[in-house]
Amino acid sequence: MTDATLGAAAPRQAPSAAEARLKKRHRAERLFKAQGIAAIVIAMIFLVVLVGRIVSQGYSTFETHTLSVPVYLNPDRIDTSDLSGVNYDYIVAEAVMKKLGLQDDDYGTISSKVQDLVSRDFGFQLLNKLKADQKLIGQTITVTGPLKADADLYFKGEIKRSTAEDDRKLDNQQLDWLDKLKKDGAITSGFNLGFFTHSDSTEPEQAGVLGAVIGSAMMLLITALIAVPVGVLAAVYLEEFAPKNRWTDIIEVNINNLAAVPSIVYGLLGLALFINWLNVPRGSPLVGGLVLALMALPTVIIATRSALKAVPPSIREAALGVGASKTQTVFHHVLPLAMPGVMTGAILSLAHALGETAPLLMIGMVSFVPGVPEGLTGAATVLPVQVFIWENASERAFHERTAAAIIVLLVFMIVMNAAAVILRRRFERRW
Amino acid sequence: MLTWLSLLVLALFSGAAFVAGRRRATTAAAGRPRVLHSLPDYYGTYVALWAGVPAALLLLLGVMAGGRVEDAILQSARPAAVQALGPDRQAVFYSDVRAIAAAQSPSEVTYEGELKVALDAKVAEAKRIETVVNTAMLAGAGVLALAGFLLAFPRINPDFRARNRVEGWTSSLLIACSVAAVLTTLGIVLSLVWESWRFFQSVSPLSFLFGTEWSPQIAMRADQVASSGAFGAVPLFAGTFLIMLIAMLVAAPVGLYSAIYLSEYASRPVRGVVKPLLEVLAGVPTVVYGFFAALTVGPLFRAGFNAIGAALPPGPMATYLMEVQNQMALVAGVVMGIMLIPFVSSLSDDIINAVPQSLRDGSYAMGATKSETVKKVVLPAALPGIMAAMLLAISRAVGETMIVTMAAGLQAKLTANPLDTVTTVTVQIVTLLTGDQEFDSPKTLSAFGLGLTLFVVTLCLNIIALRIVQKYREQYD
Repeated sequence: MTDATLGAAAPRQAPSAAEARLKKRHRAERLFKAQGIAAIVIAMIFLVVLVGRIVSQGYSTFETHTLSVPVYLNPDRIDTSDLSGVNYDYIVAEAVMKKLGLQDDDYGTISSKVQDLVSRDFGFQLLNKLKADQKLIGQTITVTGPLKADADLYFKGEIKRSTAEDDRKLDNQQLDWLDKLKKDGAITSGFNLGFFTHSDSTEPEQAGVLGAVIGSAMMLLITALIAVPVGVLAAVYLEEFAPKNRWTDIIEVNINNLAAVPSIVYGLLGLALFINWLNVPRGSPLVGGLVLALMALPTVIIATRSALKAVPPSIREAALGVGASKTQTVFHHVLPLAMPGVMTGAILSLAHALGETAPLLMIGMVSFVPGVPEGLTGAATVLPVQVFIWENASERAFHERTAAAIIVLLVFMIVMNAAAVILRRRFERRW
Repeated sequence: MLTWLSLLVLALFSGAAFVAGRRRATTAAAGRPRVLHSLPDYYGTYVALWAGVPAALLLLLGVMAGGRVEDAILQSARPAAVQALGPDRQAVFYSDVRAIAAAQSPSEVTYEGELKVALDAKVAEAKRIETVVNTAMLAGAGVLALAGFLLAFPRINPDFRARNRVEGWTSSLLIACSVAAVLTTLGIVLSLVWESWRFFQSVSPLSFLFGTEWSPQIAMRADQVASSGAFGAVPLFAGTFLIMLIAMLVAAPVGLYSAIYLSEYASRPVRGVVKPLLEVLAGVPTVVYGFFAALTVGPLFRAGFNAIGAALPPGPMATYLMEVQNQMALVAGVVMGIMLIPFVSSLSDDIINAVPQSLRDGSYAMGATKSETVKKVVLPAALPGIMAAMLLAISRAVGETMIVTMAAGLQAKLTANPLDTVTTVTVQIVTLLTGDQEFDSPKTLSAFGLGLTLFVVTLCLNIIALRIVQKYREQYD
C-alpha cells in the first residue's frame, strides 16, 4: 500500500534517463574490468612469446649430428718428427671421400668441399691419438666427431634444399653427400653433450658453455662472500644498534639511492677504482665479483633490514630480561630468527647479479676466452656475457647457441629463485 | 701465495692465542667459573682478536699497496738509457721489468745494448726490492701479532671485562660494514667526478651538455689533434628520452592496469598464478631481452613496416617504410617497456594495497561501482605513490643498458621519429669503453662524463620520487 502511494506521489518522470545512466555506469565498469584483464593478458602474452621464442630457437642446440668414419692414417702423409704440423683435416677429408666413393680432382675442390662438412675437431682428435700412441700410423681407426655447424643445420631443417643454391652455404652436391652418409648410417643424431663440456670456440659446432658456467660460479662465489656478510652486518648495525641521528639518516637515504643506481655506473666505478687504481686484472672473475658485490650490497642490506624488522620486540626483551647483552641478544636470538628472510633476500640479489651484464662489459669481460678460466685472476667469461658475445657473432649456428645459453642461464635463475621461494615457504614464521 | 701462507700461519697463531687466553682465564678462576666476569670464550676471543686482526690488516694492506710501493722505489732512479725513451716506451720497459721479475711473459719488444744492461739491472733490482718489501711486511705482521698477544694476554684476570671488550670489536666491525655502503657512493661520485674533470679539461662542459653533434671516433686519430672529435651529447639525451618515452607508453598503462586488476578484481587463485609469472618476467636478465629485441622483435617490426610500405601507394612515405632497418628506436623502446611492466605493476600493486579498505567501503556505501571506487577514490589516494613508481621506472629505463646496446643503433641522430635509428647514453658508454682504451684520450674519458650525467639524472629522479611520497602522502589511519 505504502509503495503504491509513494509511487503515485512521485511518479517516475524519466525512468529511461536513470536506467540509461545506470547502464552507462555498468558499461564503464565492464570496460574498466576488461581493460585490466587485457593488461594482464598482454603481459602474459609477452612472457609466453619471450620464453617460447627463446626455447624454440635454442632447443635444437641440444641435438647434434655426429659422423663416424674409419680413417686410414697414411704413413706417407704423417711426418712423425712434426706431429702438430700434419694436415689432419685432409686425412679426414680423404677418409670421408673414400666412404662416399669420391676421387679428389687436381685442384682439390672435392676435398675442400668435404672439409666444409666435417668439424676440425676430427683433426684434433687424430693429433691427440697420435701423440699418445705413434704405433697407430698405418692403421685404420674409427673416429667420431661433430659435423660442421652448417651441415648440422641442414639436418635440423634450417638450411633447406628449396632455397636457391647460391643463397645457402652448402651446394646441392654437398647436400647429396650428407644424405648419402646419413643413409649409410655414418651420421647419427644424439644429445649434444659437447655443449656442456666445451668452452667458447670460434667454430660454432665446438663452442660450449662450460667455461662460462664455471666463470659465473667463480664470480658469484666472490660476490656472495663479500656482499652477504658485509650486507648482513651493516643491516644489523643500522637496524639494531645505530642511534637515530643525522648520520644514520644519511646512511639510510644513501643505501636506498644506491639500490637505484644504474648497473652500468657500477661498471664505471669498477673500471676506475679496481682496474685503474688497484690494478686488479681486467676481465677476471675477481674484479667482476667485486663490482657485483658492490651492486648487490644495498639489496642485501634492505632485505636483511626488513627481515630483522619482522622479528617481534618481545624476543629481544625476553633475551635482555634473562641477562643477555645487546650483542648476545642480536646474534644469538634475533639474527637466527631472521635468517630465512635474510637468506631469501641474499639468494634473490645473487640471482640478479648472475644475470647482470652491463657492468661486466665495462671491466673488460668481453674478450674471447677459449677454455676454462684459470683461477680468480685469469681472464674469464660468464654466462650473460657469453650470450652477448655470441649474439654479435655473424654465423647462424651461433644464434641457435645463444638461445641455448640463455636457456641454461634461465634454468640457473629459476633454480635460485625457486630455492628462495622454498626457503621462504618452509621457514617463514608468522608472529 | 706468500700472503695466503702467512694468513694461514696467522690464523693458526690466533687460534693458539684463543686457547691460551681461555686457559689463562679458567686457571685464574681456579674451578669457580662464577668469579669470572665473562664467559671463558670471551677471554680467548679477546686475546685472539688482538693477536690476529692488526697483523691481518697489515697483510691485506700489503697485498693492495705492496706493488705500488715496489714500483715507486723501482722507478725512483732511472738509468740514462731509459730516460732517453719516450714516456710510452718507459711504461713498456717497466712493465717488462715487472713481468720478467715475476717470471711471466714480457712484451715482444727487444732490448739491445745499454737498454739490455739497464733491463737486467732493473730486473735484479726489482727482485731485490720485492724480497725486501715482502720481508718487511712479514716482519711487521709478525711483530704486530706478537705485540697484540703480549698486550692482551697479561690483562686477563677474573675481573677483566672481556665480553664488553669483544663487543667493542664487534660494534666496530658492524660500523665498518655500514660505512662500506657510504664508501661505495663516495667511490662512485669521486671516480666519476675525477675522470669527468679530466674530460672537461679538453671539452668544455657547456659544449658537452648543449652541443648537437656527437662523433667521438675522430678523436682516435693521433695526427688530427686539432679536430679532436665532437662531444655534444644532446643527440644522446634525445635518443635516451625517445626510447624511455616509448618504453613508458608500453609499461605505464599495462603495468598500472594489471596492478589495479590484480589488487581490486582478481580472485585469489588468479592472483596466485599471475603474480609469480610477473615475477618471472621481472627476473629475466636484461641481456635476454636484448637478444629477444635484436633477433625477434627487430626483424618482425621491420618486416611489418616493409609490408605496410609495400601496400601503400607509391610515395615518399612508402619508400621510407620499405627502407626501415632493424635498429629502430621503437624496437628497443617496446622491449624495454615489456621489461618494465612487472616493475611498474609490483610497485603500484603495493601502493594500491596500502590504501585502507575503509576508503573503499565508504565509497561502496555511497553507491559507487567498483570501477568508480578505483578511479575516484583509490587511485587519487594512491597517486603520489604511483607517480613515484613511474619516476623510478623512468630512472630504470634511462639507465638500462643491454637492451639498447643490442637493439638500438650507434648513430647519434637528433630525431623524434620512432622508426629512426637513435643511440643512447648507455650505448655510447659501452661502445666507448669496450675494446682497447687509453686513459688519456677524451674519447675514453667522455664515457665518464656521460656516466656522471646518468648518475646525476637517476639520482635526481629517485630523490624527486622520494620527495613526492613524503610530501603528498596522506595518513589515513
